Amino acid sequence: MKKRVVVTGLGIVAPNGTGKEKFLDSIQKGISGIKFIEELKNLNFGCQIGGVPDYTDSPFLSVVEKYGLSSASKTIIYSVLAALEAWRDAGIEVPPWDSPDVDYDTGIIIGSGIGSVDIFCERITPLTQTGRIKKLRSTIVEHAMLSGPSANLAGILAVGNQVSFNSSACSTGTESIINGYERILSGKAKRMIVGAADAYSPFCWSGFDAMRVTTWKHNDAPASGSRPMSATASGFVPGAGAGILVIEELETALQRNARIYAEIMGCHINAGGQRNGGTMSAPNPEGVIKCLHKTIEDAGVSNSEIDYICGHLSSTMADPIEIKNWAYALNRKGNDFPYINSLKSMIGHCIGAAGSMETISAILQMNHGFLHPSLNCEDIHPEISEIIDEEKIPHTLKKLNINCIAKSSFGFGDVNACLILKKI
Amino acid sequence: MENIKTQVVAILNKYIFDKKVWNIAPENPKIIADLKINSARVVDIVLDVEELFGIEIDNKTLEKIITLNDIISVIKSKTGG
Repeated sequence: MKKRVVVTGLGIVAPNGTGKEKFLDSIQKGISGIKFIEELKNLNFGCQIGGVPDYTDSPFLSVVEKYGLSSASKTIIYSVLAALEAWRDAGIEVPPWDSPDVDYDTGIIIGSGIGSVDIFCERITPLTQTGRIKKLRSTIVEHAMLSGPSANLAGILAVGNQVSFNSSACSTGTESIINGYERILSGKAKRMIVGAADAYSPFCWSGFDAMRVTTWKHNDAPASGSRPMSATASGFVPGAGAGILVIEELETALQRNARIYAEIMGCHINAGGQRNGGTMSAPNPEGVIKCLHKTIEDAGVSNSEIDYICGHLSSTMADPIEIKNWAYALNRKGNDFPYINSLKSMIGHCIGAAGSMETISAILQMNHGFLHPSLNCEDIHPEISEIIDEEKIPHTLKKLNINCIAKSSFGFGDVNACLILKKI
Repeated sequence: MENIKTQVVAILNKYIFDKKVWNIAPENPKIIADLKINSARVVDIVLDVEELFGIEIDNKTLEKIITLNDIISVIKSKTGG
């Protein structure tokens, strides 16, 4: 029989709130974390707004300092803060630093879309190009390597199962949850710390600015820049942060009497092969629909059970295509379509971290019985209102009993990831 | 001498995870074995010493640094102190 896997811990570092409580309050109130960023203006960015997390109040910052990680990549700092929150939220103690006990049943997969580019560009490049190799110091590798988040955490938490990194552009966060879930299903681990982080650094965002996929039309009104599902959406707003979850076998969760947020019912990962409308940066609808169908099949739920879709919806011209694909895949339209909203309307597009941060928002909404407002889409895109009733997109907080969530993420490379969660 | 020692101890403390190691450390502690400093950090300690005292320590000298007093001797020989 298939093992049952549940979510028992949540931790988040987001542009509109670091820590689960603050983030929950922000998404309930529809608080935007998008601000004007002087540094981007000075560097001639077209898009001078973005979502940057403030983590100075995190109760776990002392651990970052103790382990000498203050000068590490922001992907590592955000990940450590969010993962320690998730770990404690799951009701598990952080072991003493000198205890010899290793937890061989727990692993960590924390990914990133762009990775530790901040450290490569700000430290490694200038010091190497000018021949000052010694000045890189002994910590440079552990502060910059892609597995830095999981490797540093493994030492703090003394965990001894798989400790690694994943990357699949903007579906990274959702993929990491799926990777951890499948490792538990395979019986190779009992508990996994999963999620993703992407750093604030002009070096992380300049490539997207060069592609003109970010909006340059809202520099004077930052909070209105991220407009998923709007007729006037003009590109995404970049964001940074981390979303980390603790997932484990239902059995071990019950044994230790843990609080259970949700059960992961099933998932699927695929790609559209960059054919039939799919390109490096656009999805092949056939691939997307296949991914959604396979997820529903794997989860063993019926189309009509899905109450809420936690959208990828990034404020680009792909938003109407996403709605169209879901409507087709579920064979549900108009008033019958599930509720849908976009966290990116408040925090921007946190690249690889988006999927795990959005999954956390979806779980919080299910547990607290509400839908967060989807900001800046009063003017719903006509191709969306053609397919679904406008009341399916909440503009203000809506109380709703949610039992079944579908979360999907899509990324460059024409890659797709989807998972289904249910209340237990 | 005391002044140099205080400054070096302050540098070492940046890399010591649990300051309680000083309570059981010998008079002239070994950096890695007694102070439990990660061996990779010795290069950072040397960098800090170079920057603070305005000296340069070559790789050959670095290899000979085992204890607190080794660091102090290197500083004295390079600064004429």
